[in-house]
Amino acid sequence: MQYTLNTPLTKDKLQNLKAGDYVCLSGTIYSARDAAHLRMHQALAESEALPIPLSDAAIYYMGPTPARASHPLGSAGPTTSSRMDKYTPELLDLGVSAVIGKGRRADYITDSLVKNHGVYFAAVGGAGALLSQCITESNVIAYEDLGTEAVRQLTVKDFPMIVIIDSSGNNLYDEVYSKIPPELLE
Amino acid sequence: MENLRIIHTETIRETVKQLFCDANYFLTEDMRQAICQAEASETSDLGRKILGDMQDNLRIAGEQLIPICQDTGMAVVFLEIGQDVHISSGDLTEAVNQGVREAYTEGYLRKSVVSDPLLRTNTNDNTPAVIHMKIVPGTQITIHAAPKGFGSENMSRLFMLKPADGLEGVKKAILSTVLNAGPNACPPFVIGVGIGGDFEKAAILSKFALAREAGSHSDKPHIARLETELLESINRSGIGPAGLGGRNTALAVHIETYPTHIAGLPVAVNMCCHVCRHRTAVI
Repeated sequence: MQYTLNTPLTKDKLQNLKAGDYVCLSGTIYSARDAAHLRMHQALAESEALPIPLSDAAIYYMGPTPARASHPLGSAGPTTSSRMDKYTPELLDLGVSAVIGKGRRADYITDSLVKNHGVYFAAVGGAGALLSQCITESNVIAYEDLGTEAVRQLTVKDFPMIVIIDSSGNNLYDEVYSKIPPELLE
Repeated sequence: MENLRIIHTETIRETVKQLFCDANYFLTEDMRQAICQAEASETSDLGRKILGDMQDNLRIAGEQLIPICQDTGMAVVFLEIGQDVHISSGDLTEAVNQGVREAYTEGYLRKSVVSDPLLRTNTNDNTPAVIHMKIVPGTQITIHAAPKGFGSENMSRLFMLKPADGLEGVKKAILSTVLNAGPNACPPFVIGVGIGGDFEKAAILSKFALAREAGSHSDKPHIARLETELLESINRSGIGPAGLGGRNTALAVHIETYPTHIAGLPVAVNMCCHVCRHRTAVI
């Protein structure tokens, strides 16, 4: 199925999505990758406020190339999500409803998504120039010293994503893997 | 001494700069063709759409000068230096790094290198490069520039097999690496393999294999057959473009070999995504 959704990604909007669905997203999302996740984790440990509103928020694992004058930002495709696994459950517990990246995740991420009615989406890795066309505004809102790894508030228009893990725990990558001919796995 | 040729470090710096800028904005024709052919042969609807998106991405990158991928890589440089070349006016390594520095700072490329693997402070200019030098006959310098993204680099593996593991062991090592990489390493892949040598030689061979023209074959018949067989096996996995299912999991398997020890069978598998960037210049 193909859906067009607007942020905020409230749980009622996410509950109908199934692994394999194609979603075009418009609205506000936040980019954060390795170093920003570590900082947010440390902030939570110190009971400090986080730089992004967490309720029904969507976090995009992405660190862009520098923007040319005519663009809001440069190339802006997803990075590998599994590096953020360690930091993800606590953010989902605090209200984040969608995470966007690419690649497989630990089993405990599926558990956390199901528990919190969240969804894991993939954007096409290595298509950063194409995806940048769907980002109309970009502002660094925290950890500016981290450069490309700073937290950015992004305005997206018809940003294309595929549901990998839905809120019931179905996993598109697992479906693909379950069909690998057994002789290749020996 | 009459054959001695002088090459200025300035020429090397400028060439390295140009190669890294070009590599990050314009994929080489061999890779474009490989992706185009993959789209034509893809049986999954979603897979075909993804491969179409990848070609749109290349077009937009070239037209608007937006890097093909936001991971503009760690700068890997292979230098083949003619033994009758004299490099004048400064430090060769610094000239290469200066070229990288200028490409990444002036070329709107991402700075993805940290100065210490544990302290992790960004160097803010993507230096230093990883430089491999080889002295060869002649009066020229060949520079291969290969920006390497770490989504795929992180899924690469090195195996120290036993001679008794043989061909079957080699195939299993390569297949298991590719299947484990799956969606994390942005398929369809180019897979660089180094077999033989020692621990580091195998790894360097596997990296160099990625710089070959996509789909080219080893001139050793038994290795060329292995490349063909592995590509066919990998594409039966069904992992497909972006790991979302389909027949195009890999675009090419490139294998380089080197003599090895009676006790060993090293195999290095260097995974590369569909943005397999490599540029070569001869000066």
